[in-house]
Amino acid sequence: MKQLWRWLIPLAAVPVLALLAYGFRVSPRDIPSPLVGRPAPAFALATLEGTPLSLASHRGKVVVVNFWASWCYPACYEEAPVLERNWRGYRDRDVIVVGVDIQDKREAAEKFVGDFGLTFPIALDLKGTVSVDYGVYGVPETFFLDRQGRIRVKHVGAVTDDVFRKTVDRLLAEPSSP
Amino acid sequence: MSRAVTRLLLALVLVGAVASAAWAQSATAPPAPAQPAKPVNQEVVHEVAAQLRCVVCQNLSVADSPSEMASQMRAIIRERLAAGESPAEVQRYFVDRYGEWILLSPPRRGFNLLVWLLPFVAVVVGLVAAGALVWRWTHRPGRARPAPVAVDAAMSERIRRELERES
Repeated sequence: MKQLWRWLIPLAAVPVLALLAYGFRVSPRDIPSPLVGRPAPAFALATLEGTPLSLASHRGKVVVVNFWASWCYPACYEEAPVLERNWRGYRDRDVIVVGVDIQDKREAAEKFVGDFGLTFPIALDLKGTVSVDYGVYGVPETFFLDRQGRIRVKHVGAVTDDVFRKTVDRLLAEPSSP
Repeated sequence: MSRAVTRLLLALVLVGAVASAAWAQSATAPPAPAQPAKPVNQEVVHEVAAQLRCVVCQNLSVADSPSEMASQMRAIIRERLAAGESPAEVQRYFVDRYGEWILLSPPRRGFNLLVWLLPFVAVVVGLVAAGALVWRWTHRPGRARPAPVAVDAAMSERIRRELERES
């Protein structure tokens, strides 16, 4: 009996250690989005220039929806040139990049767009409805949509050339009809 | 009591609104333009917001956070309630987009039940262990009351004499 207790007490620490080992390996920031694989929520906003911008008008293309803000330093500042470069590289191949500026002010957004010379369409989501529709919990977050308008990849943090190219190339390679 | 009555009334109003919205949708072939927003009780907005995690904070509810994101979420909750959705439907809207992660208390089913049951299991195990230990301490044979020391007649006679001498 005494012998049993001598082993049982240290043994009780094992599940606790296992739980901690699991908990510390998983980043609390990596929250799987339930939207991956589902149709992307539709939205209709206006660009900074005032032209209407809706998801429906780009059905059939690979759409990259990027949520950003001018106050999101440094990640949004790192990825802005990446997005612009890849937008220029892919725009003739049925790919569209859409920037959605959230929790921001128009003047700050216009300055940001001017500073980086962004040419892809950018919309202001001043009320946050689109960002909540997409389950956005921080900036930057980028959603890659396939030609059927389904969210296929959610990328949290700054987009790199590698992530952009690999993801978009993969989605472009898929047949356009299911 | 009055709180219960207002809640009941509120529930009835909500049910009525949903029913009428459903009726309006089925009656008119094209979806009707947004109905004039009905007044939304601040308390209902707060109740829904209090169950949602503020996505940009650490351990704050949407109701308690001063962040812009949380205030936008409160506005969305209010709009959806005004459009006739029930508090449960509004909550489902957020869960559909953010996952169950957005709920401050995990739903009581599946693996989550562990979170709800484990504290009670721990309390029961602790009580049993404490009870067993107390029982062992009080019933240990070695610690039983020591048997009275045998005193022979000569000894007790001597004690009596010494006591008398002192008094």
